[in-house]
Amino acid sequence: MAEAAASVRQYCTFEVDSLFLGIDVLHVQEVMKSRDLAPVPLAHDAVQGLLNLRGQIVTAIDLRRRLDLPPRPENRPPMLVVARTEGAVVAFLVDAIGDVIDVAEDTFEPPPDTIRTTVRDLIVGVHKLPKRLLHVLDAEHAADLAR
Amino acid sequence: MSSDLHQQFVRDMLTESFEGLDRYDQSILRIEQGQSDREMLNDIFRVIHSLKGTAGCLGFQRIQRVAHVGENLLDLLRSGALPPSPAIAEGLLRLSDALRLHLDSIDATGAESDADQADVIELLQALKDGKAPLKRPARVEAETAVVASASTSTADVAPPTVRDSAGSWGLSEDTAAPQPATPAPEETAVVPGSWGLFDEPVVAAPATPAVATEPIPASTTAPSSGVEGSAPAVAAALSAAGSTVRVDVDLLDRLMNLVGELVLTRNQLVQLAQSKKARSESVTEVSQRLNLITSELQEGMMKTRMQPIGTVWGKFPRIVRDIAHSLGKQVRLETFGSETELDRTIIEAIRDPLTHIVRNSIDHGIESPEKRVVAGKPPEGTLMMRAYHEGGQVNIEIVDDGGGIAVDKVRQRALERGLIKPDEAARMSERELTALIFAPGFSTAETVTDVSGRGVGMDVVRTNIEKIGGSVDVQSTRGQGTSLKIKIPLTLAIIPALVVRTAGQRFAIPQANLLELVRLDGAAARDALEHVYDAPVFRLRGHLLPLVFLRRELTLGQVPPAGTAALNIVVLQADSRQFGLVVDGVCDTEEIVVKPLSKQLKSIPVYAGATIMGDGKVALILDVYGLAQRAQVVSENRASAGTAATDDAASRRDVRQLLLFSAAGRDRLALPLDAAARLEEFLPDAIERSGTREAVQYRGRILPLVRLSRLLPGAQASPRPAADALQVIVYQQADRTVGLVVDEIRDIVEDEVDLQVGSSGPGILGSAVIQGRITDLLDVPAILRAADRAA
Repeated sequence: MAEAAASVRQYCTFEVDSLFLGIDVLHVQEVMKSRDLAPVPLAHDAVQGLLNLRGQIVTAIDLRRRLDLPPRPENRPPMLVVARTEGAVVAFLVDAIGDVIDVAEDTFEPPPDTIRTTVRDLIVGVHKLPKRLLHVLDAEHAADLAR
Repeated sequence: MSSDLHQQFVRDMLTESFEGLDRYDQSILRIEQGQSDREMLNDIFRVIHSLKGTAGCLGFQRIQRVAHVGENLLDLLRSGALPPSPAIAEGLLRLSDALRLHLDSIDATGAESDADQADVIELLQALKDGKAPLKRPARVEAETAVVASASTSTADVAPPTVRDSAGSWGLSEDTAAPQPATPAPEETAVVPGSWGLFDEPVVAAPATPAVATEPIPASTTAPSSGVEGSAPAVAAALSAAGSTVRVDVDLLDRLMNLVGELVLTRNQLVQLAQSKKARSESVTEVSQRLNLITSELQEGMMKTRMQPIGTVWGKFPRIVRDIAHSLGKQVRLETFGSETELDRTIIEAIRDPLTHIVRNSIDHGIESPEKRVVAGKPPEGTLMMRAYHEGGQVNIEIVDDGGGIAVDKVRQRALERGLIKPDEAARMSERELTALIFAPGFSTAETVTDVSGRGVGMDVVRTNIEKIGGSVDVQSTRGQGTSLKIKIPLTLAIIPALVVRTAGQRFAIPQANLLELVRLDGAAARDALEHVYDAPVFRLRGHLLPLVFLRRELTLGQVPPAGTAALNIVVLQADSRQFGLVVDGVCDTEEIVVKPLSKQLKSIPVYAGATIMGDGKVALILDVYGLAQRAQVVSENRASAGTAATDDAASRRDVRQLLLFSAAGRDRLALPLDAAARLEEFLPDAIERSGTREAVQYRGRILPLVRLSRLLPGAQASPRPAADALQVIVYQQADRTVGLVVDEIRDIVEDEVDLQVGSSGPGILGSAVIQGRITDLLDVPAILRAADRAA
């Protein structure tokens, strides 16, 4: 059992543009449909707005902008992945939510050196799944807009 | 487990003892002044007695020993065998210092201080035997003792010093014996002295080192990290005083009842939500109930956090006495309004600034008795502390009747220190120069004393007070004294705010910054907007008010061309500077719950936080100061240069803020704005009768109405139709609140008042020319007397 637990990781997966991404499921608090966000003028581009999550005010970050991807088409309402980071709870705007999947540790590989430098810190690496690559997102870095 | 219990007992002992000693000190000071009664003596005897008992149980032998001698002395006083005398009072104060030294040390490191205090014990013993108080030499000895005790007690007041000394105790302990490196033996060293109540930890401690080290974190970490030694001590120092709150049991019961009701209401709501045919009335009913319970719960919860400011002031008599003694001055402390309540976090935050201000007042403000006599003042100086609520804020005044602030000296010192440039110095008004005492690195003390004058002080005071949303203002008259006025919010968590709308978004503006609202429609808006080169301004009662467009500052889109829409100007105050914030619309005032912003947004200075509005959406709270800075309304240089002229002029004339209104057929009546608590509108239906007088229900109380049209001589009937809402000025003076019914509120003006008395008949104080027109000033007390007679 202990061996199995060590070699398998669980990811909460989602899609952003053409990317298949995942965050360690232990960091995910909940997923939900997007709702009214209060915009924050003068904030970082990636900040989509503020969200009232049962009385707690949570900052919503658009992963498309954060990952330098083209803006989301108007007709595609985003979903929210609410994640716990060290600093606070953040909500990531994504295109669609996937399943929670188990992946074997040994399918992991760090990103190639040729990856765009602006996202190098955000993508920890990929898990090679049979049909596609699961990008592992560093939620901590993605939420830290100062870098 | 029982180590936890031991820890718990120690904590309780500290909380109780610190409280008791505060009371003890105050009583001793009264004994020193010759006012003592049995009850008081019994009380202080009990304080020392129970401290001795608890300390003994917990194995603090040094405390037990010192307290024991003190107890014997107090017992003689209590039984009347020994008459109270100043020398005894001084000895007893030294006792409390000695006890505090140990208690502070326990708080910081978990162990008693190393000082054996043989001198205190000896002194108390001698006093008890009736030897010491007899002759002069003893008096001298006591005198020097006071100086010594003064310095320790000053230390225990000023946290930076406390931290230092707490750290150094730790270090001296370290050099005396290498105990702190191995915490477990120290624990055992303490415990065997106890009465066997806590034998268990002795055995348990070495076996479970994690538990054993826990009770004495400061002593283990402080020596190991030499320089950083003070940090754990700080945390520990906060622990005893700040970790517990006393709550009235009645209040707690009431809260529990409310929670019970809340649960019931929730059940009802859940049932309603499940039932298919829920009627909308029953939903409304439940939601109203929920609303009621929540607001009562909120109010009750806030009350548990409120503490009277007296909890801080209790320490001041002793502080004042000690500082005054050590400086050879005579100071009498007067406090008013110590029952004024404040949120406990704020109480904590103002403790140090207040202490600093008091120290400064005694050190720099109040002169020595000789100087005072020469100046024709009584040798004893007076320091007055006053607290009171005003308009949702708490005001604290610290007033001394000392020498005042020497403006020339301030100017000279500021120049020396390079805080201002010579040309600036020449331009600055007296008021501005006085305010320089808040500049960082400023100190005018001719000699740097133990008490103050190190040049870190007033700027820290101001920073700390501004950090909690307050402000400090200083006024000084040369030769007559200095008055410091601190304004602080009641609580940090919930504040009244004005909600405004711009580009479809809502923003909240704290009312503390709000001065007034101006709305101009159509053509008036176009004409009112003027430009100084490219900077938009508006003439507000003759002064140019710089305008800041919220749309432009927040890059929310183009500002519509002038005249196409109404101009909504929110007049705000940032620092000493006013500016007008132009918004699309003004919604309402609301009590909002302040929530902090996440780290991604903290760096934007324009926002103070966020809040959740009634409809569940999030709105940002504007930081008026940050906004002003962004719009460059307050830049370092302009701020001072700009206000100099107006401030200076204002301070020289008798400028008053007046509320202009019409009533009883008179077009221009006025009363001082500070007498008007609020302006309200009541529908005629709301008027009820109480006895023969008219009254309305207002904020849960009865507000008697006074119709000026019936009391002023020569009054004509109000030109308004009877069905219109009544315009009421809520007038508040002392504990009396009445509503003055007027025809129309006209304006608020700030103008020079040159009152000419006796021209207008009863109920009118006199007349003055305000805004170029003759205006009658209402004599409200006379009106109220007339109303009382009529009723």
